[in-house]
Amino acid sequence: MMELTTLFYGAIAVLCVYIIICTFRIFLGPTAADRTVGLDTINTLVVGSMIALGAAMWETLFIDIAIVYAVLSFVTTLFIAKYLEGGESG
Amino acid sequence: MTLPMLFIVILLLISLVFNGLGTIGLHRFPDVYTRLHAATKCTTFGTIFITFTVIAYSTRQYILTDEAKFLNMAIHTLIALAALLLTNPTGAHAIARAAHKMGIKPKKAVRDDLEEADLQKKKEVD
Repeated sequence: MMELTTLFYGAIAVLCVYIIICTFRIFLGPTAADRTVGLDTINTLVVGSMIALGAAMWETLFIDIAIVYAVLSFVTTLFIAKYLEGGESG
Repeated sequence: MTLPMLFIVILLLISLVFNGLGTIGLHRFPDVYTRLHAATKCTTFGTIFITFTVIAYSTRQYILTDEAKFLNMAIHTLIALAALLLTNPTGAHAIARAAHKMGIKPKKAVRDDLEEADLQKKKEVD
């Protein structure tokens, strides 16, 4: 059982490396839509790493926070998309 | 290493591989639409496998120790999976739609069916 906990921590470390790599797309992205794609990817990876952290520490609270984070990041993405669309659609 | 533990390790490895592929795709593809395709599909698939890993792990602990908190954790992870499945594709669709309305053209594309449909609609209104 101890080995599996260590394994989860290793997976979280790898996910953190992925998140840092995704951050470069936010800085580099030629258009605003590219930056939004990078942000959306980072949000998904953060939800995944939160769930893995919850399993590693045996805290159900972390998984509840992951659910709320997923829903809130969805609302954020929708609002950014609405802003990028612009025009009179409002 | 017992068989259930091996199963959990394999699920975790699948999730890490697919998340990595999504991250690479985000950097290697030429325009917004292909980047969205690579990043959203691969990271959603990978994160689904992370939730599967946690469900398998906590179910195993529940069978071994018979404590209620492990079952509680499995059910909460299932709800997280449902939230992820509902929100992720919808967000990606909204971004793609916004990018098209901004006027970003797909690179190397020969024809654009959505733009033709929009023009047709405009003509009918006029």
